[in-house]
Amino acid sequence: MAQFRQKVLVLYLANSALDSAVKGWTMYDGTGQEAHTTGDSAEPPYPTGVDALKDGWRVIQFPQLIPPYPGLEYTTSFQKYEFVFEKLEEMS
Amino acid sequence: MIEKQYLLNSRQVAEFVARGFLRFDELVPDEINQAAMTAFDAGGIQSYPAGTPLSQCYPEPSPIGRMLRMPEIQGIIHSLVGPDPLFDHHAIHVRQPNEGKAQGMHGDSIIDTRMHFDIQIMYFPHDVPLEMGGTLLVPGSQYRRINEMDIARYQNFVGQIPMVCKAGSILVLHHGIWHCGRQNQTDRKRYMYKIRLNPRVRQYRLWNTDDLDEAKGESQPIFAGEKRSDIQAILAQREPWFEDGEGRLEIVNRIKQWRFLTGDDNFDVHYWLTRLENMPENRLEMA
Ligand SMILES: [Fe+2]
Repeated sequence: MAQFRQKVLVLYLANSALDSAVKGWTMYDGTGQEAHTTGDSAEPPYPTGVDALKDGWRVIQFPQLIPPYPGLEYTTSFQKYEFVFEKLEEMS
Repeated sequence: MIEKQYLLNSRQVAEFVARGFLRFDELVPDEINQAAMTAFDAGGIQSYPAGTPLSQCYPEPSPIGRMLRMPEIQGIIHSLVGPDPLFDHHAIHVRQPNEGKAQGMHGDSIIDTRMHFDIQIMYFPHDVPLEMGGTLLVPGSQYRRINEMDIARYQNFVGQIPMVCKAGSILVLHHGIWHCGRQNQTDRKRYMYKIRLNPRVRQYRLWNTDDLDEAKGESQPIFAGEKRSDIQAILAQREPWFEDGEGRLEIVNRIKQWRFLTGDDNFDVHYWLTRLENMPENRLEMA
C-alpha cells in the first residue's frame, strides 16, 4: 500500500477570485523535504491562485464571504482571501 | 529644547503614518556601536521600571544612553511621541547562529486600537547581511486589528522588508507594525536592541510643521496614479501586499491618523472620506 504525505500551500489573494494576484503565501511540507519559515522568500510561488492549480495543487478551502460586523465596516484585520491547497506526495 | 533641524518634517511624518516605520541608515557612530556591542557581550544592560521618564534612564556611562541622547535620535523621538516620553520596556534581542527557524509573524504587546501610538526604536549595532536575517517588517500593517501571534501563519508577503543594514542603523516603528526576527543562517550571533516609548503629551504637531501647508498637495482623481511626493500622494501609496478592497480602507485609516496628528478635520486624500461625510440635511425649498 502506498504511503502519502500532505503538502499544504496557503495563498493570500488580492480579492475573492481564485485567478486574482498572490499577495502573501505560506507552505508546510509533510514529507519533511522542505522547511519553510517566516520571511524565507521574496517572490510568490505563483502569480495567481489558478497558476497553483495548473501546477498540480488541489484547492481544499475557499474563504467564505462574510459581511462586515456592524461598526467594523472600515476596520482592517486579517487577510480575507485565504485559499488553502494541498498536494499528496507518495513516499517511496 | 530641540533644534528644529533635528525634528522630522511633514513628509517624513506622513511616511510614518502611511508605512508605520522610518528607517535611518548608519546614523549612530561606530564608537557607540562598538561600546554597545561590548556591553551586550558582557551580559546586558540595566533596565528601569515601566513608566520612568526616559531622561532618568541610562545615566552615563552608557552606550545606549549616548545613542538615545544623540540630537538626531532626540529629534525623531520628539517628533513622534513628544518631549521626554516614558520608558515602557527594552530588550536585547539575540538570534543564535544557524537557527532552524524564524520567529513567527506578530504584533508586539496586545491588540491596541488607540489613535495615540507608542514608538519602538530598533538599533542595529553591527552589520546585518541578508543571510543573518534582520527584523522582517510588513510595511503599512500597523492599523490592522490583530492580537500578537494571531498572524504567525503568514510566512511571506509581497513587498515585505528584511532589515538588511550597516552598523548603526535605526528603525522607528509604530507599535502595531507586523514583524518578526528572521532566521540567522550565519555562524555569528545577531544583536538588536529595542526600546518602547509612550507619549506624555497629545501627539499634535510635534514635528517641524513649517512645510505642512506647502507639502499638503492638491486633491487629484482617484485613478490618476501617484507620481508626486506631497502628503496626499504619500498617504495614497499602496503597499504591494494590500488586497484590492482593503488597500482602499488602509488609505482611510491613514487619513484618520493624519487628521488626529494635525487637528485638520477636513483633511482628505482624493475625496475618500469627504464623500462618506456628505449627508446633507437641508431641504430643498419648493417655490
Ligand atoms: Fe516583536
